[in-house]
Amino acid sequence: MNISIQHGRLIDPANGIDTHADLHIAEGRVAGLGEPPEGFVADSHINAEGRIVCPGLIDLRARLREPGGESRATIASETAAAASAGITTLVCPPDPSQPIDTPALVDLIRHRARSAGHCRVLPVGALTQGLEGQQLAEMETLRQAGCIGVGNGLQAVENTQVMRRAMEYAASQGLTVFLHAEDPWLAAGGCAHEGAVSVRLGLTGIPEAAETIAVARELQLIEQTGVRAHFHHLSTARAVRLIARARYEGLPVSADVAAHQLYLTDMDIGYFDSLCHVRPPLRGQRDREGLREGLRQGGIDAICSDHQPLGADAKLAPFPASEPGISGLETLLPLTLRLADEGLLSLPEAIACVTARPAEILGLLADGQGGSLAAGARADVCIFDPEPYWELRAEELQSAGHNSPFLGWELKGRVECTLLAGELVFHRC
Amino acid sequence: MRRHSLQHDAEGRLRHLLTIEGLKRAQIVDILDTAESFISVSDQQVRKVPLLRGKTVVNLFFEASTRTLTTFELAAKRLSADVLKININTSATVKGESLLDMLHNLEAMQCDMFVVRHADSGAAHLIARHVAPHVSVINAGDGSHAHPTQALLDMFTIRRRKGEFAPLTVAIVGDIKHSRVARSQIHALTTLGVSELRVVAPKTLLPADVETLGVHVTHDLDEGLRDADVVIMLRLQKERMQGAMLPSEGEYFRTYGLTEERLARAKADAIVMHPGPINRGVEIASSVADGPQSVILEQVSNGIAVRMAVMSMVLGRAPREEGA
Repeated sequence: MNISIQHGRLIDPANGIDTHADLHIAEGRVAGLGEPPEGFVADSHINAEGRIVCPGLIDLRARLREPGGESRATIASETAAAASAGITTLVCPPDPSQPIDTPALVDLIRHRARSAGHCRVLPVGALTQGLEGQQLAEMETLRQAGCIGVGNGLQAVENTQVMRRAMEYAASQGLTVFLHAEDPWLAAGGCAHEGAVSVRLGLTGIPEAAETIAVARELQLIEQTGVRAHFHHLSTARAVRLIARARYEGLPVSADVAAHQLYLTDMDIGYFDSLCHVRPPLRGQRDREGLREGLRQGGIDAICSDHQPLGADAKLAPFPASEPGISGLETLLPLTLRLADEGLLSLPEAIACVTARPAEILGLLADGQGGSLAAGARADVCIFDPEPYWELRAEELQSAGHNSPFLGWELKGRVECTLLAGELVFHRC
Repeated sequence: MRRHSLQHDAEGRLRHLLTIEGLKRAQIVDILDTAESFISVSDQQVRKVPLLRGKTVVNLFFEASTRTLTTFELAAKRLSADVLKININTSATVKGESLLDMLHNLEAMQCDMFVVRHADSGAAHLIARHVAPHVSVINAGDGSHAHPTQALLDMFTIRRRKGEFAPLTVAIVGDIKHSRVARSQIHALTTLGVSELRVVAPKTLLPADVETLGVHVTHDLDEGLRDADVVIMLRLQKERMQGAMLPSEGEYFRTYGLTEERLARAKADAIVMHPGPINRGVEIASSVADGPQSVILEQVSNGIAVRMAVMSMVLGRAPREEGA
């Protein structure tokens, strides 16, 4: 089917485009911008006047809970939520209940995502078997089964020798390693940033050093092994500086930050608001500013949702006993746009953080497999109205997880249509 | 969001007592004054007043306790309330669930007050957020967060012995990091405005950024005790040796244990307090615990009057205008 998206403002950071032009789509790919290409006849038109048309969003980290946690969320429910939020590609990390350490698991996830048809899901395969940090997972097999890279989820690889070998092996197969940087000993038992708030509330703290020590160790190993690595959801200003320096020295590393870390701090915990219980924890004001600065200066490449849908019961417990996590898919775009409103980034720069930059990290950009509206690229498109303010309400969330600390916030910018490889997968009535 | 006024009602009166933090100085003084009036009740032949007749108080203890539970029970009975005691053994796996399940069950019964003790910080706040509008919650200790009635009875004891708070130098010695008592005492003492508040411990027993609570930090016991009017010793849990917090009990006693010799650095009329239970020869020498400057047993008996005061003030509020 051929589609023309007309009269919109096209923002395609990968190609430096910010202009008012029509976008033409044929057979799931971008056919051209501006005047329709020769012989192109549109079967349908989408009027995007007053709207922004950009590449579909790419979320570098979203937990989907399936298989294993279907009572909380399913691939169908979460990919539908993603489509409603303009996201066309989700990267799904392994976790102990779905360690993604066998091709069967990879097939299952990809199959369920394909049959739901709302959003592409790219699994990250296990770095070690069962994420236990002892034996290497079958990384090459996992790559062939469709994993975009390898990682160990939130589980630490405590043994430095195992981590080194894992990186060496991943490097040999040309795989990117996705890292959650947290020293398991320093973080043990912790549930909040170690600082003035955790002191007051008597919560066991997770010190800044839990992150910086892990980042420093991994950077040394990255340098030694030459593996291409990506750090997920950084939470401290010091870790951003460590990574920025490593990049300056030429290390092949990239990093993302979870959208909520750019707005919330440990102060938002108030008196034990378990919706603010998240891992890594919300840090202090200086860290939040450091993360924002990293985004502006390029120490951090991308913004992810770090989506973690949870049922109501998971948060109905005393703070330390509640489960960490934020349902973040549906706030990813509005929180990213807000950075432009606040003047931290230009609008195209902000959009790049959830399109072109993550596409580059995943190696999708060069192949036209996402993050770009260049002719011939996969037609993953997000069309949003940048103007309206809307209130985030639990009953209107599409995700099965209503665990958002942003409930009640006035957000700006709303997705109208989402196209996945040229198919309309979401349309706001 | 009314979360910042969770423990106050619309008129600013105490609806729950969850933490000392956020109480006004006048409110604390009011509680202490009320407790003073109940002291005489304990001395009478008939030790009961009918203030809470017809009310039901539930002691909901998710964590073992003897003194706190007993004094709450005595306090409620002396106010003529009906008292129910529920001990819940928490296994780690069902901790969260059992708390809320229990709560929903109790909501269905006609209870007026829950006195809650729980091993997790924030448990009392969680319960207060979910109880029916007419129910009050008293925090009898949650994790390392707060133990407000203990701090209030300590303030009561200090006031009876020392009078004014303003000129006092107070030293809190020991495991501040894991102590809900210390956190509540710090809030109470800074709100009442003592002249100087010191915490004394090795860094392993102090939370990071503890000075943000408004205390002076020292790692030297002699310096911490110098010219102090009040010395508060905290209990040292034996588990601290395993967590690499301390080398040994012996070294702890030699470095931070309160002996007569070290107490001599405080003022001659300094009082020694301890929330109990005491580890003799670990944080305090028997000769000090049983000595003339010790007010440790007085603290326990004052606990009843202070808990009577808190319960009667929280439950004895004039009925609120409905529809407000």
